[in-house]
Amino acid sequence: MFDWQWDFTWSILPRLIEATGKTLLAAGGGYLVALVLGLILALAQRTPWKPLTLVVRELVEFIRSTPLLLQVFFIYYVGPQIGLRLSPWTAGLTAIGLHYAAYLSEVYRGGIESIGKGQWEAARAINMSTAATYRRIIIPQALPPSIAGMGNYLVGIFKDTPMLSVIGVGELMHTANTIGAENYRYLEPYTLVGLIFLAISLPAAWLVRRFEAATRRRLGLSK
Amino acid sequence: MSSYLEFLSRHADQLVNGTAITLAQFVLSALVAITLAVIAGLLTLAPSRPLKAVATVYIEIFRGTSLLVQLYWIYFVLPLMGLELPKFVAGFVTVGACFGAYGAELVRGAVLSVPKGQWEAALALNMSPAKRMRRIILPQALAIMLPPWGNMMVEILKGTALVALISVADLMFMSRQINGTTYQSAQAFGTALIIYYVFARFLVTPLMRWLERAMARRLGRA
Repeated sequence: MFDWQWDFTWSILPRLIEATGKTLLAAGGGYLVALVLGLILALAQRTPWKPLTLVVRELVEFIRSTPLLLQVFFIYYVGPQIGLRLSPWTAGLTAIGLHYAAYLSEVYRGGIESIGKGQWEAARAINMSTAATYRRIIIPQALPPSIAGMGNYLVGIFKDTPMLSVIGVGELMHTANTIGAENYRYLEPYTLVGLIFLAISLPAAWLVRRFEAATRRRLGLSK
Repeated sequence: MSSYLEFLSRHADQLVNGTAITLAQFVLSALVAITLAVIAGLLTLAPSRPLKAVATVYIEIFRGTSLLVQLYWIYFVLPLMGLELPKFVAGFVTVGACFGAYGAELVRGAVLSVPKGQWEAALALNMSPAKRMRRIILPQALAIMLPPWGNMMVEILKGTALVALISVADLMFMSRQINGTTYQSAQAFGTALIIYYVFARFLVTPLMRWLERAMARRLGRA
């Protein structure tokens, strides 16, 4: 390729691999936040109190239809104005976690709504509390059909972590920018970042598809 | 409240210009995405292996990496190989190419889900493959894939915010600039959030719903 320098490539590779670890950490951390917040957003839409449902519904729509990049800036810069001094990592994980929580809440909602009414009535008949019904009857059944959607968003969150570089989270993209600025060479760092993303997300997407197929088989949804 | 109105009037120019650029980027990105999605989606179904391979490589590369990585690569690395795009063009071409790859899967899935009888009937009428695709398969596939394209359009609108990072002066860029000069972060970023939201929720989504209904009517399904 054009003016590709292999010795430069080898010299920056260790730094990029180290940053890959941070990218994975950001994706994993953000995903954990999203899993928990998403469940809260999904359950909040199922309370008998209608105004809460409407407000949360609109909040989810709002988060889903505005750019993550803008949300990252909003949380990072507005936080201090209301007395919350957030580190880049905290702000970044909060933003990406909240963004994907909105998507995951839809996955959960779909899963929960797919459970037949009879399950609720049976749980009521044996005098189970609502919390116990969710924990022991509804969520275990709602989870398997949601796995594929959840897996796809895990890959999605991984691919969105470069946006955290704008507030100084030292993940892959940020490291590549720093290397580029130090050496006035962008060809190798940016290309390597692209290759590292491919090397991780292609197998990950393949695993998600296999896992989905396996779950469907186990549930008897397909041969 | 009155101080917010003052903020709005002071920065109206920047916000309006930024919004106009965002809209232009959105429309152009969507056009690029639709074109590439149809071409790549149909190529993955082509009998020719090399064509299929080209489409698959395009789809996997753009779906497997981040939009931001693609944007930096196309804007900063391609010039080193002799292809220099102005930032405005690099912006919508990259956003379009990225979502075109996702859209190709939608096109492919929709074409495959047109019932087999339709293909056979067209064959029985002695239609050429191109005519069959144009007159029988694509119109029905279009109706099948319109709902997921509605979400895709919102994703494209959101995706255009990244062009701010290669200094295209869109709404995202302007809100950062306002934040940088005034330190009124809540107002600067909050206003931009609201503008994106209004566009997605009250313009893009209703327009796509309307298209869905119009399409269903034309196929006599409404």
